[in-house]
Amino acid sequence: MEEEIRELTPWEKVQLSRHPQRPLTIDYIENLFEDFVELHGDRLYGDDPALIGGIGIFKNRGVVVIGHNKGKNIKENVSRNFGMPHPEGYRKALRLMRLAERWHLPVISFIDTPGAYPGIGAEERGQAEAIGRNILEAFDIKTPILVVVIGEGGSGGALGIGVGDRVLMLENSIYSVISPEGCAAIIWKDSKQAEKAASALKLTAQDLLKFNIIDEIIPEPPGGAHTDIAATIRLVEESIERNLEVICNKDIETLLEERYQKVRRIGVFEEEMVPKAGVEPARSPSST
Amino acid sequence: MHISDWFSKKPKYAVLKPEKREIPEGLWTRCPKCLEILYNKELERNLKVCGKCGYHFKLGAWERIYQLVDNNEFYELDGNLESVDPLQFDDGIYLEKLREDKEKTGLNEAIVTGRGRIEGFESFLGVFDFGFIGGSMASVVGEKVTRLFEYGAKENLPVVIVTATGGARMYEGMLSLMQMAKTNAALNRYRKSGGLFISVLADPSTAGVMASFASQGDVIIAEPGALIGFAGPRVIEQTIKQKLPEGFQSSEFVLQHGMVDMIVERNKLKSTIGRIIRIWKKK
Repeated sequence: MEEEIRELTPWEKVQLSRHPQRPLTIDYIENLFEDFVELHGDRLYGDDPALIGGIGIFKNRGVVVIGHNKGKNIKENVSRNFGMPHPEGYRKALRLMRLAERWHLPVISFIDTPGAYPGIGAEERGQAEAIGRNILEAFDIKTPILVVVIGEGGSGGALGIGVGDRVLMLENSIYSVISPEGCAAIIWKDSKQAEKAASALKLTAQDLLKFNIIDEIIPEPPGGAHTDIAATIRLVEESIERNLEVICNKDIETLLEERYQKVRRIGVFEEEMVPKAGVEPARSPSST
Repeated sequence: MHISDWFSKKPKYAVLKPEKREIPEGLWTRCPKCLEILYNKELERNLKVCGKCGYHFKLGAWERIYQLVDNNEFYELDGNLESVDPLQFDDGIYLEKLREDKEKTGLNEAIVTGRGRIEGFESFLGVFDFGFIGGSMASVVGEKVTRLFEYGAKENLPVVIVTATGGARMYEGMLSLMQMAKTNAALNRYRKSGGLFISVLADPSTAGVMASFASQGDVIIAEPGALIGFAGPRVIEQTIKQKLPEGFQSSEFVLQHGMVDMIVERNKLKSTIGRIIRIWKKK
């Protein structure tokens, strides 16, 4: 059975990551946290049901939880906007991250979104600004942040709550700069080429571990997370507990420096010597 | 390697001026907005702004640089960074695209970064070129922007970045997306050093670049008539299944919604940047 799972194509993983029965942020919240208290609103404009936030207890430790939340059915999906946040969602998340910092609680962030919502109100209220600010400020949130990609990691909409000290990914989840359909429409002018795009984009957990963009892959039950939700939740729980232990035991200066260095190193390019320059060329700390 | 190791080395100043300034081919250009026929030399003199309706033509990176720096003096930095094909994207179509756009623009990548004086003030300047894969950000662009903030922090100089971009570059996948985090991490440190970051949004400035450093300027200036936002208008129209109102996501729209500080016409851009730097330095 395990062999079978390993041989899934990227496109099949895309399908699994979007499977309607796949466990959602709310499932992890209900099963992993004691006394979860949901906190609403960005204090600026509104509350975004596509992005849940709150506080709870995980293994005897207080935590702040944020996460995109899709719906379990059409009705829920409509009210939760299919897990596509507006700026209010990102601003609520930042508010809660600052709360976590003041209370010295770690943040656990669940990623599962097709992307930030492309709509009129979202643009009017500064979708780009909201995401940009979250990414910027994440680098001085003085408390541990653990990120878990549980389903779809849709581009900037995912990264808006995706900067952290450890990024874990479920085996069949995806994380991509653009949806395979969107990529296919742009490159091949045909969204039916999505399968090809899914391979080209290197969006699987296995690919991203190779590029050092994520830190760990959480295994799923054979057949995918939806085939055994209880088992999936246990696997996620184990991984969160182990990783949280590590980052919560670091002093905050080290943590922030490592958070910075981790992204500072990301990028692949060549840096050639310039014979013209009279000064010794700086060497990049990045890989190639 | 620790970041300070890298800082201890001198940044390299390679003087790499282009052979010639880009001049539109032929004698005449038609304004896409008012359809007026414009004499190219006149258009050049007018900083590529239509003399009749004020339409701001897109500028190549070097055209913009020469409009902003004093005495046409600019020292390019990190022009030796070369994109590779880390994903081996669909059998080399990325490498082909890079080749094509290098030839088309005469540039090495979608941004030119370096150092020059603006109204007498030593500054670090980065300028995107929309003609190079839609001004998109991947590993090299992200690295150049990141280094620009690092140079700015180290030397306590202003950083000015002019964007013209469709966002993160698909061909480098998640490596591109993570440049949003990398550039913003560097911007965060630059801010803490007390730096001044002026973000100039030219047409268009959208998606991954807007959702990272471009929307986080200490001062944000938009060029008139630019398209500015997160999602592209076509994506929004397909999502909401309706036509967008006239002027949606224009510079004027984002000014009204509080996303930028001002709209500045091209002939006043340099003096406006100079004035802001002058105030920042009075401390």
